Order: sequence, then C-alpha cells, then structure tokens
Amino acid sequence: MATVKPLPPPAKYGGRHTVTLIPGDGIGPELLNHVRELFRFSCVPVDFEVVNVCSSTEDDINNAITAIRRNGVALKGNIETLHTLPASHKSRNNLLRTSLDLYANVMHCKSLPGVQTRHNNIDIMIIRENTEGEYSSLEHESVTGVVECLKIITRTNSLRIAEYAFKLAREKGRKRVTAVHKANIMKLGDGLFLQCCREVAAGYPDIAFDAMIVDNTTMQLVSKPQQFDVMVMPNLYGNVVSNVCAGLVGGPGLVPGANYGHDYAVFETATRNTGKSIADRNIANPTAMLLASCMMLDHLKLYDYATMIRNAVLTTMNETRVRLNSPRRCSPHTFHN
Amino acid sequence: MAGPWRSTVSRVMGAMKTQTTQPKSFSRGMQTVTLIPGDGIGPEISTAVMKIFEAAKAPIQWEEKNVTAIKGPGGKWIIPPEAKESMDKNKIGLKGPLKTPIAAGHPSMNLLLRKTFDLYANVRPCMSIEGYKTPYTDVDLVTIRENTEGEYSGIEHTIVDGVVQSIKLITEDASRKIAEYAFEYAKNNQRASVTAVHKANIMRMSDGLFLRKCRQVAENYRDIKFTEMYLDTVCLNMVQDPTQFDVLVMPNLYGDILSDLCAGLIGGLGVTPSGNIGANNVAIFESVHGTAPDIAGLDLANPTALLLSAVMMLRHMGMHDYSKKIETACFNTIRDKKVLTGDLGGKSKCSEFTAEICQRVRDMD
Repeated sequence: MATVKPLPPPAKYGGRHTVTLIPGDGIGPELLNHVRELFRFSCVPVDFEVVNVCSSTEDDINNAITAIRRNGVALKGNIETLHTLPASHKSRNNLLRTSLDLYANVMHCKSLPGVQTRHNNIDIMIIRENTEGEYSSLEHESVTGVVECLKIITRTNSLRIAEYAFKLAREKGRKRVTAVHKANIMKLGDGLFLQCCREVAAGYPDIAFDAMIVDNTTMQLVSKPQQFDVMVMPNLYGNVVSNVCAGLVGGPGLVPGANYGHDYAVFETATRNTGKSIADRNIANPTAMLLASCMMLDHLKLYDYATMIRNAVLTTMNETRVRLNSPRRCSPHTFHN
Repeated sequence: MAGPWRSTVSRVMGAMKTQTTQPKSFSRGMQTVTLIPGDGIGPEISTAVMKIFEAAKAPIQWEEKNVTAIKGPGGKWIIPPEAKESMDKNKIGLKGPLKTPIAAGHPSMNLLLRKTFDLYANVRPCMSIEGYKTPYTDVDLVTIRENTEGEYSGIEHTIVDGVVQSIKLITEDASRKIAEYAFEYAKNNQRASVTAVHKANIMRMSDGLFLRKCRQVAENYRDIKFTEMYLDTVCLNMVQDPTQFDVLVMPNLYGDILSDLCAGLIGGLGVTPSGNIGANNVAIFESVHGTAPDIAGLDLANPTALLLSAVMMLRHMGMHDYSKKIETACFNTIRDKKVLTGDLGGKSKCSEFTAEICQRVRDMD
C-alpha cells in the first residue's frame, strides 16, 4: 500500500516565498494580475516567477515544469488545447499534471450565502484522480476508421487516491466518502478502483463508505445534492461531477481547485476554463482565482494572510448580493476589500 | 488481444450495409406493436398504457411477448425466437423494465436486446412537466446517444497484475450513423440546433473522429445550427441554464451520464421517456426506470414513463393527433395534482391515475 511522505517545506528565502505563476490563455492572465495586485496591496510575502506557456513546442511547458520543481508551488491559468492539432500535441495542462505526478485534484463546493442558486446548503468535497484513467492520452487507429482509446486504471494509483480521500475526510471531520464509478459496465477497470476504495475504507471505520454509479450520481446531484459529503472518483467522472457541482453552487467563477502531489502543489480554478469568449473584457469573475490563491497561502502556511484575503473576498460576495448572470465589472470588486 | 475487438469491428462493419432510416408512413389501419411488459411493476404499467390507448381509440394492436433469455444453438444466450420474429415483423416495440438477475449466467437483457436488433441510437427527450415541480423549469432538450460502441465495448484486459486497461472504440461508421440520425431527428421534429458533446482536447483521435463525422454530416443540413461543446462545459452550463440546449449528440459514456443528468432535471427516471432506434427501421421504446420489486403488484406504480415512451412511439409512427391527445391528458392530470401516484407526491393508486387519464382522453373527443 502506498505510504504518504510528508511534504518538504516550500522554498523560502529571506522570509519570502517564491511561487511559479503560469498565466495561461483566455481569462488566465487578467485573473492572475488581480491576484498579484491584491497580494501587493496586502503585502503578502510571496514573489511570483512568471513563466509563459504559449508556443507549440515542448520547451515552454518543460520550462514551466522545471520552475515548479524549483519552487514547489504554482498558481496557474488554463492553457488552451487546440483540438484541431494532431494527437501528438498533448494537452499542456495534462502534461504538467502527469510530469509532476499531481495525483489528487481537490475541490470544495460550498453554497455561498450571497449567491442565488437553485439548491442550498451544498457542502461537497470532490477528490478526483488526476493522472490516469481516461486521460492517459493513449490512442491509436488500428484500422482506418476505427480508433481505440485506452483507459488505464492501476491498483497503486487507485489505492493512493482512496487513501488521500479518507485521510482528508478524517482531517476535515467529514462523515462519509462516496466512490463514483461505472463498475457494472467497466467491470475490470472501475471494478479495480472500487475494490481499492473498499480496502482503504476498511482502515477507517469511523468514516462511512458507499459507492454510486456515475449516471445515478449526476441525477442525484441535480435533485438532492445535500446528500453528498466527500466524493472520490477516477479522472473522467471527476471532470463531469466537479463541473456539475461547480454549476450547482453558482458557476465556474466561484470555485477554486487544487492539485496535490507528494512533492508539488498547483492551484487554479476548479473547472479549468479558458474563457476565451469573455477574455480582456473586464467581466470575468476573479473569485475562483482569488480563493485558489488563498488555498495556496494555506499550503505555504501563511494562514493569517489567507484568512484575511478569504474573508475580504467572501464578505464582498455576500454583501453586494451578487447576481451572477448580470455583467459585472471585474476590477472594482478587487479593490473593494 | 486482437480477437475481441476485431470481432466487434466486423460486427459493426457488417451492420453498416443497411439503408438509412426514413420516417415510415403507416396506413390508417390497425398497427401491430410488440409489447414486452417486463418484470416487477412492468405488467401493471403495461396494462395501464393499454387501457389508455383503448380509451383514446388509437389504432394499435398489442402483441405481448416475453424476452427471458434462453440458450440458443451454439451455447450463446439469445432472446426467444418468437419475440425476435415478432419484432422483425412489427418493427415497433414497447418495453417495460427488465431485471437482470445476478449470477443467472446471461448478460443484461437490455444489452441482449440492443445487440439483437442493433439499436444504435438512444433518444431521450427531456421536457419539464408542468405540475411536477423541480428546481429547473422550461427544460426542453433531447439527448441522442450512440449506443453500440465507445466506452461500453466491454473490451478490458489485465495487462499486468494491478494494471487494467479498458478500450474505448470509436468507429467512423457508427459516428456517421448517429450524427445522421441526430440531424434527421432535428429536421423531423423542428428542432433548431444540434450540439456535439465531446472531449477532443484530451481524447484527440477518438473524439476527434466523432467530431469530424458530425461536422461532415452537418454540411448536409445547412438550416440546422451545429455547435460543438466540451463535456465539462455542457455539464456546467446544463445545471445553471438548461434552456440553452436543444439537441445533443454524443458517444456512449457521455450520453449515459448526460441523459441521466437531464432526466434528473425534469424529475427522474419515473417520468422520462426513452426510445432506441435500430438498423432496419426497428424502434423499441421503453421506460428506463427499474423494476421496483418492492411495490410490484401493489397498484402503486407510476405509469408516466412508459406512457410518455408510448407517446414517443406514436409520434415516430406519424400518429400525431393520438400522441398529442394522450400526452395532453397525461400532463393535465399531473398539472391538476388531484390524482397523483406516490412518487409524484400524491396518494392515489395506479389504477386511479390511469382511470383519470382515460376519462380526460374520452372527454377530449
């Protein structure tokens, strides 16, 4: 069974941390500018090393990966993947996640009091396996007109993610972990994942464990999302479920996400949208990125700064009673704190 | 490893040599439809549907058949030959819920039916039901899901102990067929746009192939708007504003997840109709909920899902006036909230609910 090494302390020189910043495409650069402005304003002892990833060669992404290895922590926007390019051009975001072995994607969806949504009292933690499953990018055209795509599930990674989920659940005082799968159809693949979850669950008798098939899960999420506590699942179902949950609590602009590995941590918005259609128009919601930067500050053990910024963001959200479908100006919100 | 997928490929290729589906024109005489009551609450809701059709004087003759799997020559599990003959003759079927007993040795009945008749398209229209309140109003979309290949090919291997690979198969022909069906459906039902749902940023070749085929077919239907959207974006937008979607076409797994998501938006599987379209113009309409063994035989079941699937069937056969009549009667009954079954929030029995709909249908004449 995989043992979890304690994370080494992040780089800190002269009392200041250095964090890799990857602006990405679309709304990424403007959101990260807001983060930088806010940090400067609040005198947060964090310096950003900016690495741009925009060319079509592998050099840029390799530079970014090296920078993250150096600093241990990163804050990033989404890098666009043009799917008209051939299959040899892998998704840059995926490459980053697999190279740094950021095996756990964690997202906490909580209903915000100032945001009007159809469902209330949602408080779900989603832990998604981040490196294998359907995102293995192993495809081939065996015969013309017939393409095979491989979904890989391994015992090691399934045990690892299940262990992470239960440990996190215990740390946060959560009562139940639900594994999401499709083992009735993918008997070997998802069957292995489910079996690993059950094995790990046996070691945590204080936490209830159950399993739910992914299509039933989405149906339950849109009718009664309050029944879920902590959810753990392979990569693709994680993609679907995290987007559904983000939509339930108010949209992609509100939920932060974190990718954790043994040695590195990368923070971003939970739904990883490039937002090309709203880029550079000063209407993108910076909340998700700001809350992600707070998660990053918690990770760097700068708890006071994290709490201060988080409170400022949430107070602004709740007091101005934001209605998310109306166009909002982005920058005045930031300086309201 | 070559064995399983090659046989899948040849089966898929073989099935391609059929004519494209055309909307069939039916004579004004009695049309025979194969009815598969199913298990659990199946027989009760089938009886309910038959009663309502009788009250509406719809020109449908029911031929009841049982589809419990039997072992055919050669040791393979097949459905009974009479059932197959009946479906091949009538071309249209209505099916209740079927149970799959664990350790019965045979594969799931739904899977067997799908393979026997090559049901390549699963169509689920999701429309908000006035009177059955859910947090989502004004939902009016259709999910069309490829039903034969994709992630559900069932091809899995243990490569090394602790490493499992599942193969997702996407073929040009199946993608083209489902795209063509989606656009035909949109055209025949006056829908304005078709959206292809995919994850081609990650699965470049497989979903890329699916997308390319959709784009090619879209060229032949210039008056229908075609868009492409990532699966995660669709999920995100669906739970915030489902009114922006019209017809969605997608491969197997995404279709499974999204069609159930949309069913959840309108109130669950108890009120969602579903139809499966196959090669050779075969179409089987079904209710997708379970057999509910705990309430079987107690006259508590809700026949809405099977009834709406039967209405979909009438529409498919071109009997629009009957379908409108029965659908309106059903929706009015639910909207009035006086006679509702337990799952819809009422206390009436299945027979009372059915009788109320029959009365409304008769009043409409």
